[in-house]
Amino acid sequence: MKVPLLSAMVFWAFAILAMASAVFVAFSRNIVHAAFALLGCFFGVAGLYLFLSADFVGIIQVMVYVGGVLILFLFAVMLTGKIRNPEKSNPSRAIPGGLVTMLVTLGLFGYLAFTTPWQVLPTVPTGPTTSQIGDALLGPYILPFEVASVLLLAALLGGVLLAGGVRGRSRLTGNEQDEAPRDSGGNT
Amino acid sequence: MISYDHYLVLALALFFIGVTGVVLRRNALIILMSIELMLNAVNLAVLAAARNMGDMYGHGLALFIMTVAAAEAAVGLALVLAMFRHRRTVNVDEFRNLKG
Repeated sequence: MKVPLLSAMVFWAFAILAMASAVFVAFSRNIVHAAFALLGCFFGVAGLYLFLSADFVGIIQVMVYVGGVLILFLFAVMLTGKIRNPEKSNPSRAIPGGLVTMLVTLGLFGYLAFTTPWQVLPTVPTGPTTSQIGDALLGPYILPFEVASVLLLAALLGGVLLAGGVRGRSRLTGNEQDEAPRDSGGNT
Repeated sequence: MISYDHYLVLALALFFIGVTGVVLRRNALIILMSIELMLNAVNLAVLAAARNMGDMYGHGLALFIMTVAAAEAAVGLALVLAMFRHRRTVNVDEFRNLKG
């Protein structure tokens, strides 16, 4: 009975890491600390994915979230703020409405989680999952796969257009100052 | 032994922390981070269900959730930057141009 104990310890270590980091993200007064606590949360959740024998998704979690999304968040934190000021964000004044929303959400999801008769299979598949995911993505999931690629392209262009500033917008849409000489040049 | 209920409770708690962050915090960046927490919680629940049913298609679904989360983070952070350029703040209570 050594192996179940060890696996339980690993599970609780990752779970506590993810939970503590999440609490820090949601309640820290310093936004830089919150952004770095997000790193711990992503790593904890990635460890839980590995623990769920989802190795490919766990590695992708580390690559996409830690390597991409977290860097984006850090850039946004550095760009938007007076980060030397630790008092970046304050709790809302609308706390009663927020508490009602939270309690309703918790009650509803908790009720659903514990009253649904989940199908539980005794055998757990272990082993590499990458080839099966590849078969799924190029088999029944081929249309969502392509739509996701188009979505990523649209999000990339939208992000560039929104965050690019005045110069990027004038280059993409064109303004009168650029249009007038080009038209006159074309006519002559 | 770690059962399916452990993962469900953990995902529920992570989602609840995310909802709390969205509802109670006024910083737009913290709100986006809390949305990422909620998406992670959903992914955890999906993968736990996938292992429970021995179904590899759940992993594909989790990958799509991560794709949408990455797109959402990129566009959301670009929006926050654009709003910060106009208003010099990321406090969502200050964004009330449409309020009559």
